[in-house]
Amino acid sequence: MKPDHGFRRISLTLVWFWLLVFAMVPLVLVTIASFLSHNNGQLVSLPFTLQNYAALGSRVYIRILQQSFYIAGGCTLICLLLGYPFAWLVARMQMRARSLMILLIIIPFWTSSLIRSYSMITLLKPGGVINSLLMWTGLISKPLPLLFSDTAVMTGLVYNLLPFMVLPLLTNIERLDDQLIDAARDLGANRLTTFRKVILPLTLPGILSGCILVFLPAMTLFYIPDLLGGSKSILLGNLIQNQFLVAQNWPLGSAVSMVFTLMLIVLLVIYWRAIRHDVRRELA
Amino acid sequence: MIRHLPARLYVTAIYLFFYIPILVLIAYSFNEAQYSLLWHGFSWRWYTELFSDRDLWIAVLHTLILGVSAATIAMWIGTLAAVCLYRYVFYGKQLLYGLIFVLILSPDIVMGISLLILFSVSGVQLGFFSLLLAHITFCIPFVAVTVYSRMISFDQNIFEAARDLGARDHVIFGRITLPLIWPAMLAGWLLSFTLSQDDVIISYFVAGPDFEILPLRIYSMVRSGVKPEINALCAVTFALTLLIVMLSQFFLRKKP
Repeated sequence: MKPDHGFRRISLTLVWFWLLVFAMVPLVLVTIASFLSHNNGQLVSLPFTLQNYAALGSRVYIRILQQSFYIAGGCTLICLLLGYPFAWLVARMQMRARSLMILLIIIPFWTSSLIRSYSMITLLKPGGVINSLLMWTGLISKPLPLLFSDTAVMTGLVYNLLPFMVLPLLTNIERLDDQLIDAARDLGANRLTTFRKVILPLTLPGILSGCILVFLPAMTLFYIPDLLGGSKSILLGNLIQNQFLVAQNWPLGSAVSMVFTLMLIVLLVIYWRAIRHDVRRELA
Repeated sequence: MIRHLPARLYVTAIYLFFYIPILVLIAYSFNEAQYSLLWHGFSWRWYTELFSDRDLWIAVLHTLILGVSAATIAMWIGTLAAVCLYRYVFYGKQLLYGLIFVLILSPDIVMGISLLILFSVSGVQLGFFSLLLAHITFCIPFVAVTVYSRMISFDQNIFEAARDLGARDHVIFGRITLPLIWPAMLAGWLLSFTLSQDDVIISYFVAGPDFEILPLRIYSMVRSGVKPEINALCAVTFALTLLIVMLSQFFLRKKP
């Protein structure tokens, strides 16, 4: 080794500096803020307290948490049910058709997601496309109150997040070894058994990563309930946004985001365990 | 292709779900009427209004400036991070890996509020500068991962050979590493630029009133109700996307 550490020292210093200041310090600050008190004069103030977390146990917040789970969970389930067969069919196409199909999935998502959420208003509102169509066919006589409801929020979320379910599933299904399916069929398994015992376990990593990629954003995309939801549709993301920018209660907002981060960690641990289990099975 | 008719119908239905909302907006962008969804005749009115909206074009300019500077700086820092992780052994390497993954995994909203707290504690004014710092930060890990995954495909001996022949680290970086990894750096730049243009949530927390960017401008427009201008904007961005996709397909197909 020569005494040539100029480049190494400069690049390491820069990288360390940036990641410590903009990745680590902010997280530490949120953690500290979630244990601080709130008064009207300052955004955060001493003394340290557990009050913010205790407040989250009150009925109002438990309800928001429940509703958030219900909306995000429903959205994840719908994305999985719609996305799995779709990903399966696209993954089974020939190479050229498949890459075109994947491109066609991605193209709409280069248009701003705000504009795409806004398009749901045009579709769902009382004089909108869907209601007009239904009235024209005579299925309904009065416009359905589709907009400003949990249904509208769910539709908007599914529309925005479906690709995040489809793409990991696609890569997973593409890598599936067809011989395993053939082997199962040769050994006398019917379609359902083959799916349950062979295909499902092998695509579990794709299912889980798709679900995580849908579920977590579904709880935090606060602009979707803001545009499409009624007064009662509130997600965890809206609660955080509200505490930070409207109510100016940063400690409470920080506590909510700590709870959210904790949820993220739990989901990742589940994912990690499932993957390891899977790898273990492949090795055995 | 798919043989079964139900399967084909199903795939078509999903694609319709992806495209119909956008196509409906594009259709209405040519509708004369402001509030009604009935057809009141063809008109370029909303495009004229869109193109004469000065504030909107200032926001577009701001977004482009922000995207280009954030992507460029993130490209260099991310590349250096990948090079350090690949070539050097140093104290706390695991922590550095960990921080990069924390950045990838942290939900936008958590990153947004944590940077907001950082900026307000350290007295950084919310505006261009805070947006730039935030955007660089969320782009770095994506560049680092892209470049790193390209670097591990190389033969490590190339770098050892250069060092044995007396090349200093910055020479190795300039003459050997850069020429090998630039496609990955470019990919990282493009990814960063896209992420920066698309971000709503993080920007929402760290933006200031003096520097408005397009996503936030769109947000305030769509919040205030139905705006046919948005339909025209949707049509314009969709057309641009199609153009870029077709151009890239054309050039990529020509190469081999």
